[in-house]
Formats: sequence, C-alpha cells, structure tokens
Amino acid sequence: MLKYLSRRIASSLFALLVITFIVFLLTQLSGSPVDALLPDDATQEQIDSFIREWGLDKPLWQQYLTFLGNAAQGDFGTSLKWPGQDAMGFVLDRMPATLELGGLAILMSVVIALPLGVAAAVYKGGSIDNGAQIFALVGQSMPSFWLGIILIWVFSVWLGWLPTSGMGSFSHAILPAIAIAWFQISALARLTRSAMLEVLDVEYIKLARVKGVSEWSVVWKHALRNAAVVPLTYFGILAASILTGSVVIETVFSWPGMGWVAIEAIRGRDFPVVQAVIIAYAVIYMISNLVVDLLYVVVDPRVRHG
Amino acid sequence: MAELHLQSHRLQNLWQKARELPLLPIGVLLIVFIIPALFAEVIAPHDPYVPNLRARLQPPVFFGGTWDYMLGTDRLGRDILSRILHGAWYVLAVSMIGIAVGVVVGTTLGLIAGYARGWFDGLVMRLVDISLALPAMLLALALAAAIGASFLSVVIVVGFALWAYFARQVRAEVLLLRNSDFVARSQVAGASHLRILFRHILPNVMNTIVVLATLQVGIAIMLDASLSFLGIGIPRPTPTWGLLVSDGRDFIATDWWISFFPGLAILLTVMAANMLGDWLREQLDPRQRQI
Repeated sequence: MLKYLSRRIASSLFALLVITFIVFLLTQLSGSPVDALLPDDATQEQIDSFIREWGLDKPLWQQYLTFLGNAAQGDFGTSLKWPGQDAMGFVLDRMPATLELGGLAILMSVVIALPLGVAAAVYKGGSIDNGAQIFALVGQSMPSFWLGIILIWVFSVWLGWLPTSGMGSFSHAILPAIAIAWFQISALARLTRSAMLEVLDVEYIKLARVKGVSEWSVVWKHALRNAAVVPLTYFGILAASILTGSVVIETVFSWPGMGWVAIEAIRGRDFPVVQAVIIAYAVIYMISNLVVDLLYVVVDPRVRHG
Repeated sequence: MAELHLQSHRLQNLWQKARELPLLPIGVLLIVFIIPALFAEVIAPHDPYVPNLRARLQPPVFFGGTWDYMLGTDRLGRDILSRILHGAWYVLAVSMIGIAVGVVVGTTLGLIAGYARGWFDGLVMRLVDISLALPAMLLALALAAAIGASFLSVVIVVGFALWAYFARQVRAEVLLLRNSDFVARSQVAGASHLRILFRHILPNVMNTIVVLATLQVGIAIMLDASLSFLGIGIPRPTPTWGLLVSDGRDFIATDWWISFFPGLAILLTVMAANMLGDWLREQLDPRQRQI
C-alpha cells in the first residue's frame, strides 16, 4: 500500500514538473519580456540592465531552473494588470471562492447522482430508469455556459428567486454550482447505474438475499460498496471537469474565483498571473487525484493489501 | 443464376442494415450541423457579418417577429439564423481537424509503442498519463496567453485533449494482436515491421478508432464552444457557436433569443453525435457496451 501511494505521489510530482516546463516554454513563445515590460523608448542601457537583472542572457536551461526555483517558492513575479499585487498571492486570494463553488458542485453531484443511479439500476426498465437515461443524454450534451445563462434567465429574471451574479450569500452559489454539477450528475448517474447492474447479478448478492438480508441493506450495503469502485475512478475526471467548469461558469456568473482571474489576466496579457493560475490549478488537480487514490485504498481491499 | 441470387441476398442485407441506422441522430446532425457547414453560403437568408441597424433586436417568429428573421436578430441587426449557419463551418472544421490530429498522433504512437515495447513504450505511456492528467483547459489558457487565440491554437488544444485516448486504446489492442498467428506468419514470410504494422495490424484496430473518434466529436465541439465562449477560441468576427452564445449573455433578460438558439444548436449537435457514437459502439465493439 505504501509502495502504491508513493508511486502515485511520484508520478503526480513528475506531471507537475512537466506542466511547469510547458508553462515556461510558452512564456518563451510569447515573445521577449523586454518588449512586454519595458517602454518603447527605453535606452540600450536600460535594456541591457533589464536583461541582466532578469537573467535573460543565460542559457535556456538555466533560465528554466531559475523559473522552477522561484515557482517552488510561489514567486511568479508581480501582476501587470493589477499593479503591486504579487501574482501568486493574488491567485491564492481567489482560491477559496473557487474551492467553495467546486465543493458545492461535487456535493450536489454525489448527493443526486448516486441515489439516481442506484434507483435506475434497481428499477431497471422502469420510469425512473428511463427518466434518468434521458436526463443523462441531455445533460451530457448541454454546454454548461449555456445552461448557466438559461438558469439565470429562468430563476433570476423570470422567477426572481436567486441573484443573477456575483458572490455574497449562499444563494449566490446555488445557480453556478448547479450549472457545473449538471454534466457530472449525468455522467456519474450513468456510471453508477451500469456498475450496480453488474454487481446486483453476482453470487454473493444472491446469497445475501437467500439468507434473508433486507432488500434495502442488500442494495445499499452489499451492492453499492462493491459497485462504488467504478464511480470512484470517475472522480479523477470529475475533478478535471469541475476545474474546467469553474473557469467557464465563473465567467458566466462573474464569480470572483481563479477562473475569472485567469480570463481577466489573459485579456490583460498579464503573464505572471496566468502562470500562477495555471500552476495553482494544476496543484489542486494533482491533490484531488491523490485523494481519489487514497479513497481507493479505503474502498477496495485489493489495493489496500496488494 | 446462383450469382444473381447471392447479389439480391446481399442487397437485402444492406437494406436491413440501413433500416437499423439511427435515423434520428443522423437527421439532426445533417440538418443542424453538416448541411449548414457545407452550404451556409446558399441557405443563409442574410449576411452574417454586415450590421443592419434598421432590423435591430427583432424577436423570433411566433414571438412577435417575422419569417424574414426566423430566429431573431442581435443588437446590430444581424440575423441569428444566418450567423448560426455560417458558424457551423468553423465548428465542423475545428472539431474534425482537431480529432484528425488526435487520431493520427495517438494511433501512430500507440501502434509503435505496442509493437516495439521497450523504452519507447514506456515513454509513450508516461506521456499518455501526463496528458490525461492535464486538463485541456489549462493548456488552452496557457496557449491563449502566450501566442494568442487562433484557429491553430484551438486545433492544438482539441488534438491535445484527445490523442492520449487513442494512443492508450490502440496500444492495448496491439499488445493483444502482436502475439497472434497472422503477425507471426507475416514475420516468417519476411514482411517488414512497417508493413506488418500498417497493413496487418492497423486494419484490425480500425473499428476501435472509428468508434472512439465518433464518441470524441461531442467532446471536441463542446471544448471548441467553451473556448470561444471564453474569448480564447477563434477570434471575432467569426461567428463560432460559443461566441454567439456569449454575445447574448448580458441581454438574456430582454433579448433571450441571441444566446438561446446558438446554444440549442450546440446541444442538438453534441447530443446527436453522442447518440451516433453509442450506436456505432454497440455495432462494432460489443465488448465495450455500457462503459
């Protein structure tokens, strides 16, 4: 088990390293920082001292190591668009907002999708099953940003129940979380259903029934525990799509999180902040994947003892 | 006589196959996506780019509008229907080229990795892991910031998002195939590695590639739409569908049709593509049902 976990951690760190490398390479592609940061009428002397100060005269690999060293300390320079702000600090300030939204979306997905998938499997072919199938088909094909706009239209403009955008009370978070979660609910319910169908057919379930275990306990204790491994594999993907979703949905609802910062920074060509956001997202993503690996250990005894 | 009989039998088979085709998704794809993409110039009633201030904010027909502007007009008086029809071409081009990049890169690497094994296999599988672990949105953000958003950057992002799935799947199948009799026999017969790979093994993994590619159409379109909605896709004034939705975003309270119909086009297209992909999978690859 320790071996399994340490291998997972090592591969996560390696992936992070690759991401920093890609980000660094793209910085090089974006043109010389001399053009971006110095005024057009800078003298040759100013340019030279700038190049020396930023280490632009050193070979590329050395520049990368410097970048990596700074990145490891969270130093991505200062923001160009929001003057005086430390790039990573600015991003970290916005991180709780994104995590709040993502957490709520994950909670919604699990609370709705698991029972829905289980019910669809238990009453296979019934009206719950058919309804869930149609819901999944539509849900997986609907662009989340469009859904977000439609939700604003219906619940904020027409019915006036919930605020249209911004952040503040809990009610502000409801619509964006639904917009992010919708797709996940469809995907997760579909996976849970097929995993449950497989498990409900297995010998030990029949045995439990013969022994007189109540149907409730057969479904929720014996079957779901074994079926849960499959939806769990999806959780890694879930984290990625919630991350993507947060970029899109934060823009729709003007939710001041990391995704909103990323888009604003790109519009303002604020490269330090863009770098910081990408690395921060990547770290969140790697950590959530590690958590999924840990959950495997909890759920699946074969991993625990293997 | 016997030949004739055989032919009519074959025709009958073909007819039966055709009757089983999922007509609904195919029809939707043709009407909403493919015909508009190829013939927008001919069928679009208005120019998608030229403003017409006298026709500003016309509502759709049945909502107080006229048949002349069936789906309404935007704030500059441009016809929404014509803009959707013209946008279809860019959506089609980006998703098809992006998928093609993913198929070619992924299949080639997967074939070689599975056949050659050794260090190359290890390297490719590492790259697959990393690529799957990297949300495509991050690359899209980085690319948009570094080189600016363009047709090319969107194609790169789509190709990047998809290649690893092909590489992984193809490699897994090649691992099974490389020990089979027909590969051993062609080796004995003196066929070169290249010939074995592309003439003998590739045709056997073609089904998988087709199924996977069809299932990726929806993902590719959705990715393209998200990027253009965020303003990091194909730049203005190209009327890609995501951009059209974002155009109407701030006016949903009063002029809902600006966002509504382009989004509906995305929804219908992705849904039809997904249904077609599911159907193909069941036809060609029964092992993978219900995954």
